[in-house]
Amino acid sequence: MSGKNAFAIASRLFYKMNGKSVDVSKLKTHTVHFGVIKEKDIVLDEVLLTVFVGPHSYTAEDIVEFSCHGSRFIQQQLIQLLIRKGARLADAGEFTFRAFFNKRLDLVQAEAVADLIASTSATSHQVAMQQMRGGFSTKIKVLRENLVNFASLIELELDFSEEDVEFADRDDLKNLVLSIQKVIHRLVESFELGNVIKNGIPVAIVGKPNSGKSTLLNVLLEEDRAIVSEIPGTTRDVIEDDISIDGILFRFIDTAGIRQTSDLIEQIGVSRTFEKIQKSSIIVYLFDVHELTSKELQKEIDEIKEHLNERSQLIIVGNKIDKEDLVYTEREFAGFKDILFISAKERINMDALRKRFVDLFDSRTINVTETVVTNVRHMQALHNAGSALEKVYDSLNKNVSGELISVDIKAALHHLGLITGEVTNEDLLQNIFSKFCIGK
Amino acid sequence: MFQTYDVIVVGAGHAGCEAAAAAANMGSKVLLVTMNMQTIAQMSCNPAMGGIAKGQIVREIDALGGYSGIISDKTAIQFRMLNRSKGPAMWSPRTQNDRQLFANEWRLMLEQTPNVDFFQDMVKSLIITGDDGDGRGTRVAGIITGMGIEIHGKSVILTNGTFLNGLIHIGDKQFGGGRTGEKAATGITEQLVTLGFESGRMKTGTPPRIDGRSLDHSKMEIQNGDEDPAKFSFLDNTSPFEKNSTFPKKQHNCWITYTNAAVHDILKTGFEKSPMFTGRIKGLGPRYCPSIEDKITRFAERERHQLFVEPEGWDTVEVYLNGFSTSLPEDVQYAALTKIPGFEKAKMFRPGYAIEYDYFPPQQLHLTLETKLIRNLYFAGQINGTTGYEEAACQGIMAGINAHLKINDRAPFILQRSEAYIGVLIDDLVTKGTDEPYRMFTSRAEYRILLRQDNADVRLTPKSFELGLASKERYERVQEKVKQSHEVMRYFKNESIDPSEINPVLEAVSSSPINQKVKMFNVLARPNVTIIDFTLYCIRIKEFLQQFRWESVVQAEILMKYEGYISKESEMVDKLQRLEELVLHEDFDYKQLTSLSSEAREKLAKIRPRTIGQASRISGVSPADISILMVYMGR
Repeated sequence: MSGKNAFAIASRLFYKMNGKSVDVSKLKTHTVHFGVIKEKDIVLDEVLLTVFVGPHSYTAEDIVEFSCHGSRFIQQQLIQLLIRKGARLADAGEFTFRAFFNKRLDLVQAEAVADLIASTSATSHQVAMQQMRGGFSTKIKVLRENLVNFASLIELELDFSEEDVEFADRDDLKNLVLSIQKVIHRLVESFELGNVIKNGIPVAIVGKPNSGKSTLLNVLLEEDRAIVSEIPGTTRDVIEDDISIDGILFRFIDTAGIRQTSDLIEQIGVSRTFEKIQKSSIIVYLFDVHELTSKELQKEIDEIKEHLNERSQLIIVGNKIDKEDLVYTEREFAGFKDILFISAKERINMDALRKRFVDLFDSRTINVTETVVTNVRHMQALHNAGSALEKVYDSLNKNVSGELISVDIKAALHHLGLITGEVTNEDLLQNIFSKFCIGK
Repeated sequence: MFQTYDVIVVGAGHAGCEAAAAAANMGSKVLLVTMNMQTIAQMSCNPAMGGIAKGQIVREIDALGGYSGIISDKTAIQFRMLNRSKGPAMWSPRTQNDRQLFANEWRLMLEQTPNVDFFQDMVKSLIITGDDGDGRGTRVAGIITGMGIEIHGKSVILTNGTFLNGLIHIGDKQFGGGRTGEKAATGITEQLVTLGFESGRMKTGTPPRIDGRSLDHSKMEIQNGDEDPAKFSFLDNTSPFEKNSTFPKKQHNCWITYTNAAVHDILKTGFEKSPMFTGRIKGLGPRYCPSIEDKITRFAERERHQLFVEPEGWDTVEVYLNGFSTSLPEDVQYAALTKIPGFEKAKMFRPGYAIEYDYFPPQQLHLTLETKLIRNLYFAGQINGTTGYEEAACQGIMAGINAHLKINDRAPFILQRSEAYIGVLIDDLVTKGTDEPYRMFTSRAEYRILLRQDNADVRLTPKSFELGLASKERYERVQEKVKQSHEVMRYFKNESIDPSEINPVLEAVSSSPINQKVKMFNVLARPNVTIIDFTLYCIRIKEFLQQFRWESVVQAEILMKYEGYISKESEMVDKLQRLEELVLHEDFDYKQLTSLSSEAREKLAKIRPRTIGQASRISGVSPADISILMVYMGR
């Protein structure tokens, strides 16, 4: 993060481990600090924060670097948090551009900067286009059209008040704004869902220590990722990775086992686990079929369900079936609907489990045909357009004259234009002339 | 026979007249060449000045010290402030004028302007000299008239209007001409094309003129002038309607009537002979000034179209049928006319017609309106693809100013988009070009709230005074207005008012009453509350305000009531101003910047924008291209 407010923004979310706030601007340049990223009381991640006081930095401005855990999810959350606290996303090549402007780079390097801007903006545009999933681009097009129509109706009253055309009724205009706002709202809300699809559907694997969560994860990921050992509680932090099953991206999250423990670090792990359950779309409750009776399992499930968010789905999976009689086990747990029995270690029934993920995805709320916003930039633009429209609605209610309303409409169009391409005054006139008979 | 002039103006329409006046008033020796001395400053289309956005332009011309405002006032037969129901940024002055008087008044004012000579002849070509040996390219050095006379000048302003290869169409008849009954001008386009200019064709049209005595006004709606008419000029005593003038005149009325299905049916019978529909007219006409045949085709679902019946002057019986522009055969025009309510017995003075003429795509100009190809040669008005008297006149005054500045080696005078509609107009033309006749709309301006008709003098007069154009009298008036309006604002912001004093006001405008003393400004900021309301109920405020010109009080009121919006737009201007100040070198080699997109390279090389700000408005130049340009400028 670079710029004159970088330190102020960082100070709003970076805390020491003991929870004390930090004035980042008071930190010495070129120093590294350990702490947490926190919003309200929710800790997002433990991070290292590196401070560069301008002009001794890449851009020659004040810079803060965050080193967080290697998860796209955490990165996205951190970026969103920074935006909420007043930062904005850098344009393509902007850091280098700023470095150049602040005379940090010499002439030869300038050409490289120019090439960089040219190439990165081309790629980022391509990426943005690819990111338009589902009906996003169509929805946005309709939205833009509606807004252009709205702006045209207002302009019509102003520039063509002498013409024999019917001007829009204020109530109709209000309804139009409301309906546009509704769509924008839905799109903004879809962002979280969109992120889910883009970053993988989060699947939390939870269970008592040593129920085989790490083994299951490794089998699913088909590589040795988590530390596997016979000592319960080996996985102390959350480990995650993506895998694509039938073309759908799942992000599997191994968690620390859930148990009462006095080990401080493990306690943190357990509370993290519950957080992860909250944020996951699918929760796999894994248990060792030797360890639990159906009664005990019920108790465990009930506890998990307390932490479940209402849109997520629970899959109960009995592990280590290779060491047990299947008929007996099935009878014991007959009371649990849709329960699955596997052996992660021996790869028994793994395909059935994989299929279950895909089925759940297909039938669940995560519906890919629904229009979703997957790009932070788009989300931000929509959000800003929405706030501008709020002012428009307010002005309509107060019966403010059109040329003043127009100031906010144009702001909304500008923000939306960041996604759809700019709307020029000429576009508005074009629209007016095509719809209304103007001219003496 | 002729001296070497500083500025030779070719054409004496709205652009040419303003150009001549501006250059002469700044001290240049000016020659105004026209094909016909009897038709100086003709209103070739409707007899009216101003209107929405155009009225603001006339106010700006006046603030700069041009003549259009004064002449429009003096020859007005009706005044209306359009858009009164909206905020002050939308208020737009408009006059209905006496066509004959308007032209006479212009000629009179030009004749009284020192330094303006006249000559009647057609200009058939320009005298071009080669490089002056300084590598700055070819320069214009004068004109050659139809009679073969060479007249030398340091600069030439072309304001040929619709006369360059003008071709008039009525039905399937067509004949050369610049207006009906007037010859077209030939030779200049061909010469300019040879010199490397790109030219194109445009089309415009005009409605039939009617004998007012043959109309039945009882079948039409009446349209009155304002009860309390304002005026264009910031100077005193220019309006014939002012109550304190010796013989205040009574305003004329206009009328409104409508076409109907019968009118449309008759018009349709002429379509097979319509030069528009048969493709004989090649030029593109304006979408916002369509012919009646265009309207009934494009908006077939509409049962009627509005028509304005506008008198042509105080004494004449001729009326102008605004809204009925047509190039259909004259017999079809006439037959259709008689089906219009009130026109049953109409007599036609002359039929409507369409006219095609040459224009030069304006991207070939600098922001000073000087051509990029030939130094000291300026284009203004319809030759640049615009339409409208006001659009032409404001280009004229800017070309006149810049021609004078150039030959005196002074810095050019360029108005920003945030400073004037004139700035918006010229920047649009030069940066984006136009493929249909360009007309001003308020929606073309990004900073509409700042570009109001009430503050045109505050925005522009000090600049013009500094240039040596606006008079000291104008300048001092503006200074006074600014000072007074600040005093009024200070009064409203510092003085408090008692509930007993103000509550009757609030009650009258159904705004909620106050319970304790508040600053007057806070009450004024409410919607529906005006300064007049204060003066009606509070004697002390009325007495305080009486020491100021009313104009200053209104200025203060607008600045206070719209403070939030004004400062919002001002902030936006400040933010973008940095880009407007980054000047690009004129012979910058864009072709070498391979990091630019190829479209941007091509457009930039062609338009050669003056600043980064202007470059950013060229279509096809992306923000990434702008960043790259800035990187290179950093050198």
